[in-house]
Amino acid sequence: MPETRSKDAIKQYAIRLGDDALVLGHRLSEWCSNGPFLEEDLALTNVALDFIGRARMFYSYAAELAADGSTEDTYAYTRDCRDFRNLLINELPRGDFAFSMARQYLVDVYNLAYMEALRRSTDSSLAAIAEKAVKESRYHLRRSRDWMLRLGDGTVESHGRLQRAVDELWGYTPELFAVDALEQELADAGIAVDAASLRPAWEQSVTATLAEATLQRPAGGWEVSGGRRGIHTESLGHMLSELQFMQRAYPGLQW
Amino acid sequence: MAATACIPLLPVEEHERRQRRANSALQPLWDLLDAVVDPEIPVVSLWQLGVLQDIALEDGVVVVTITPTYSGCPAMTVMAEDVQRALADAGYPHSRIVTKLSPAWSTSWMADDAREKLRAYGIAPPGENEAAPVHCPRCGSGRVRTVSQFGSTACKALYQCGDCAELFDYFKPI
Repeated sequence: MPETRSKDAIKQYAIRLGDDALVLGHRLSEWCSNGPFLEEDLALTNVALDFIGRARMFYSYAAELAADGSTEDTYAYTRDCRDFRNLLINELPRGDFAFSMARQYLVDVYNLAYMEALRRSTDSSLAAIAEKAVKESRYHLRRSRDWMLRLGDGTVESHGRLQRAVDELWGYTPELFAVDALEQELADAGIAVDAASLRPAWEQSVTATLAEATLQRPAGGWEVSGGRRGIHTESLGHMLSELQFMQRAYPGLQW
Repeated sequence: MAATACIPLLPVEEHERRQRRANSALQPLWDLLDAVVDPEIPVVSLWQLGVLQDIALEDGVVVVTITPTYSGCPAMTVMAEDVQRALADAGYPHSRIVTKLSPAWSTSWMADDAREKLRAYGIAPPGENEAAPVHCPRCGSGRVRTVSQFGSTACKALYQCGDCAELFDYFKPI
């Protein structure tokens, strides 16, 4: 890969990973003061902070590569819906607690494996961010997996809600493992993660947890994708209108 | 010879960090920054926490290298400001903070005296790894239960002691 091409490709890739983290982090932050009980409220917002911090690291690196005066805030606050490249599962509305925890579990298993692989990236900045993220993702997964078991193997009500959540989320999971031309090019260069290679281990972990939580593994047969191309669900625009409100109303405003 | 757990080895990056301080020509600056503490755990200094990585002087500008504990830790901004304020108050108005991500911060860098300070402050210090047993910082009991994997901050989990009923934060090993 010629160096300028590679720089631009890495920038785009870093923005994708930043978008995943920012959008999920924002969804988690919506639980602030709405958690089912105080300790859980704190946990959700602490996990949100980890993701927002992760977004800042990826965006800052992208801005460094862009070297055009962009900052982390440029990417978070001034891009429109169609410019976001996050995986769709991250942008779905938080739903009830069961839905948020089911989403969290499905992406935590993915994120942990993803960051473990990204640690071996030949790009030292991406590898350094992943090194930090891995440690945090371990705790995220430990907690969300625990909630899968508690809710799934809990009451009739909690079991029903969690099963519905898993069913609703299932069609968004194949997108996690899709690899487009940009990621393939970077993966071949040892820079990006080949997401498709993570699928068998993810399937195995998730299937085992669903069984332990006495949940049915959804049959599948439907899937939605488009996030990496900027094609989103109707939810992202609404979310961004809140997230970006201040900078849209008062461009360049400093805290 | 079989490996034993009797003598805990210092992680190599922590050894290097201590060497950087020991061999630094800027001893007064290191000593000065010993007064800067974690804003959320004000009994532990940034040095003891492992956050303060290096100090250099470049063209009259003090360059302080720190490493973040957690990606989203809101205390990092305050730590950076506190470092710059401490330097300015001591007659170094020109300073710059550099954030270094790698090697990723680890609780294994925390010095023994810092662990003891945490315990006295009511926070159970981090164990060697995730499987290490947790003890109540008040009564020392090992009969504890996890209340939440995340406590008052991202770096801590909330526990409760089964003997003295104390609710306490556990500094999670990472």
